[in-house]
Amino acid sequence: MSLRQQPAVRCALIGLVFGAVAVHLAIVGVLLMLHKRWIVVDTLSLGQATLLVIGLGAGAMAAARVATLGGKFGRGTVGHLGTGVVSGAACGVPIAALMLLTTLLPLQSIFIALSPDLVDMLSLGLDPAPGALALIVAAALAGLLGAALRIAPSAITRPLLPGAVTVLVAGVFQELIQLMLQQWPDVVGDAQDFIYTWEGLSVQGAVTLFVIATGLSVLFRAAQRRMVVHRGPPDPKRTRLMWAGISLLVLILLPAVAGSYIGQVLMLVGLYILMGMGLNLEVGLAGLLDLGFVAFFAVGAYTTALLTADSPHALMHLSYWAAMPVAVFMSVCVGVLFGLPVLGVRGDYLAVATMGLGEIVRVLVMSDFAAPLLGGAQGILQIPKPRIGDFVLSTPVSLFYLTLVCSAVAAFVAWRLENSRLGRAWMALRDDEDVAQALGINLVRSKLLAYGLGAAFAGLGGSIFGAMLTSVYPTSFQLLISINVLALIIVGGMGSLPGVILGSIALIGLPELLREFGEYRYLFYGAVLVIMMRLRPEGLWPSEARQRELHSRDETLALDAGADAVPAQGD
Amino acid sequence: MSQVLTRPLPQRAPWAAALARLNAVDVVLWGLRIGVVAVVIAGTIGTVVQDRYDAAQWVDFVVFGLTLGAIYAMIALGYTMVYGVLRMINFAHGDFVMCGAFAGYFVAVPLDRSGFLQDHAVLGMSAILLVSVITSTSIAVLTERIAYRPFRRVTGLAPLICAIGVSFFLEQTFRGMFGSAVKSYPSPAWQRATFDVFGFHLPRVDLLVIGLAVFFMAGLYLIVQRTKMGTAMRAVAEDGEAAALMGIDVNKVVVFTFVLGGAMAGIAGVFYAFVYKQVYFFMGFTPGVKAFGAAVLGGIGNIPGAMLGGLFLGMVESVGPTLFLDGLGIPAPYQLRDMIAFTLLIMVLIFRPQGLLGEKLAKKRA
Repeated sequence: MSLRQQPAVRCALIGLVFGAVAVHLAIVGVLLMLHKRWIVVDTLSLGQATLLVIGLGAGAMAAARVATLGGKFGRGTVGHLGTGVVSGAACGVPIAALMLLTTLLPLQSIFIALSPDLVDMLSLGLDPAPGALALIVAAALAGLLGAALRIAPSAITRPLLPGAVTVLVAGVFQELIQLMLQQWPDVVGDAQDFIYTWEGLSVQGAVTLFVIATGLSVLFRAAQRRMVVHRGPPDPKRTRLMWAGISLLVLILLPAVAGSYIGQVLMLVGLYILMGMGLNLEVGLAGLLDLGFVAFFAVGAYTTALLTADSPHALMHLSYWAAMPVAVFMSVCVGVLFGLPVLGVRGDYLAVATMGLGEIVRVLVMSDFAAPLLGGAQGILQIPKPRIGDFVLSTPVSLFYLTLVCSAVAAFVAWRLENSRLGRAWMALRDDEDVAQALGINLVRSKLLAYGLGAAFAGLGGSIFGAMLTSVYPTSFQLLISINVLALIIVGGMGSLPGVILGSIALIGLPELLREFGEYRYLFYGAVLVIMMRLRPEGLWPSEARQRELHSRDETLALDAGADAVPAQGD
Repeated sequence: MSQVLTRPLPQRAPWAAALARLNAVDVVLWGLRIGVVAVVIAGTIGTVVQDRYDAAQWVDFVVFGLTLGAIYAMIALGYTMVYGVLRMINFAHGDFVMCGAFAGYFVAVPLDRSGFLQDHAVLGMSAILLVSVITSTSIAVLTERIAYRPFRRVTGLAPLICAIGVSFFLEQTFRGMFGSAVKSYPSPAWQRATFDVFGFHLPRVDLLVIGLAVFFMAGLYLIVQRTKMGTAMRAVAEDGEAAALMGIDVNKVVVFTFVLGGAMAGIAGVFYAFVYKQVYFFMGFTPGVKAFGAAVLGGIGNIPGAMLGGLFLGMVESVGPTLFLDGLGIPAPYQLRDMIAFTLLIMVLIFRPQGLLGEKLAKKRA
């Protein structure tokens, strides 16, 4: 047995990998940023919680992996816990080393995130040397706890998760929640005072919330089990539908209750849902990976601007409602024009070609060449807000409802398309272009329709975007937007409508709510793309049995990824 | 029976048969070709007729084009080698360039400040290049091990999406570590000087970049053609499974490929930074995409092709705005430089995905 296969060494290696993740977060500056947000005031920061989770993960992973290897180490309950301790301690070593190095060398002149504040956080307020020791001990304890959680019966560990999540949400979003609660001081005033202090979640509040949420979760599980005994297992489709309904209801009511900030965030989420559904037709259904998608969004916004704006560049002064269909129509035209030349380009080359097309559009709009028509880098200003009669949709909340209505219509269209003859043709050509053609599917027509219809959704989104900002600039339409949209449909699940909604909330809404997180958004996206492709390529809310595009037919991979991640495949 | 089967089809003139097969899509594609060619010709004639640039300016354009081209060629080599061995587009390759440029920056600044880079140019440059090569090579190898190896046998979109993710992850990691500001690269006096040939003042940094790039690319070519590892690499590119059956360690070959590509990217990053005199976290993206275009132009998987494609692209990008667009009366044509490069990229992808020197790739493999 080589050294690397010794169970103890394997544990330490697992721990080191987790430690490397923590070091990366620290060097990049995420850790310190998270440390500045409390979960429980003066007790636990989000950054500390992140380190804790990394430590727990190291312990749990070691307990899960090493036990299967055999050998004396790691046998039995004590052995499992031992693996957790070793792995946790190993996880603490790189972070402690980083902290010591930061105090000894002037690293901050190169790595801007390695500040004295970070040292403070990592040394737990102690001197460097005892701080490093304390950090390793704390990491070992976290590893122990992680291993314990891993081997404890699920009846104990499962209810803990909802409890922890409740505390996390209540702590991290305390500002928003407190603002909401303040609207009804008579009803919830006392409860608010008990749970929150002025600065955030108090210790007693955190404990109370944790106990309540855990208790409810236990009760809910018991009730569910009784239901299963009496009526048989619940229909997964109906459960899903119920959850979709609940989230939709929350989506509709929340901005009205929570005010304009939430309204603005949700409005952005809505825009990305629109674009996500468009790209979903192209990538998810038709398998055409389009990285120039932002161009259609730009066309929608610029058309709206040119037709309505109160500026010298405007061609007409239509009302918003007259301009919107024109914007959508223009996007469809551009989509088809876009698609025509790249009809014969497949796979990876298609991605690069569409990206090039998108960049060409952006460079053109930015240049002096097109400036007399499109305003160049200064953009087009003073787009009027849409109005219904005398009512101007000027607030973010009212614009959110506009987006919501448009998204609902678009979702209906997308849903009908998915199950139509055309949708099936798309899926066929996604799975194998040659076979699809042999089966009599008109490739040219299907592909152009995919580009055109996908562009229509993005154009609609762009049109609303222009009206929201009341101005359009070429800098708003960068490749990053295409990547955003791609990331959200991948996280949600390719070809799945609820997946698009889930993806936009997770990838657009969350970073927007954690405002300081915005800077690190793309770091997070990059990691998410890699991790999702590795662990769950079908997405969080996959469409049924439509993930073959992303799944290898290679049997070994299916075994690698674990049987539960890969549904049975006929071929 | 056999007589019926072998009876010749009614003959038509070839052009008539071609015309009968023509459909709307072909018409559009032909329109595109003719349009681009027409713009190029009209612009060239316009520029030549107007004659607003003197010989020195044209020489400047050409030398700058060669410099850019040499850098693109070095980056394109990485794309082409990885594609040859793994049949995947390493979307993050442009970011290896950025990593190399950053690593070089942190060596170049103290060396420049202490005057070492000025006094001992060769040693200083060697140190900068060495550090940048080590950095980008290790990042390339790590990327392969962590992000790409699990996708070795996966078909479909997953590997490409993963590579896009890696690209963003690298960019944002560097942004988080070193900040998002554009840092100006040191430029010692000996680099700023010019070199006089036939009465033309050629910037010395350009000549240095061209010379060193040719040197390193020749070295790479020798490694691939003459060493045992290079032979193994070519064998895997030819047929991975057969190579494995012949006892070649495919994993080793893949790592070696990423080492070579990463090293080239690191050197190219330093050169790019010396030419443009700045580094920032997003700097690898545009040269990366363009170099990919150059790799496809030369025939992806083909090493001399990548060099040729890079030089051609650099030339078109440098001379093109003036030659093709200025004559059409377009204001500030240099703003459209990227557009010319991307148009070339798209035209190649559409009309000649197998490239100039490429093997006859089936469209499906591409």
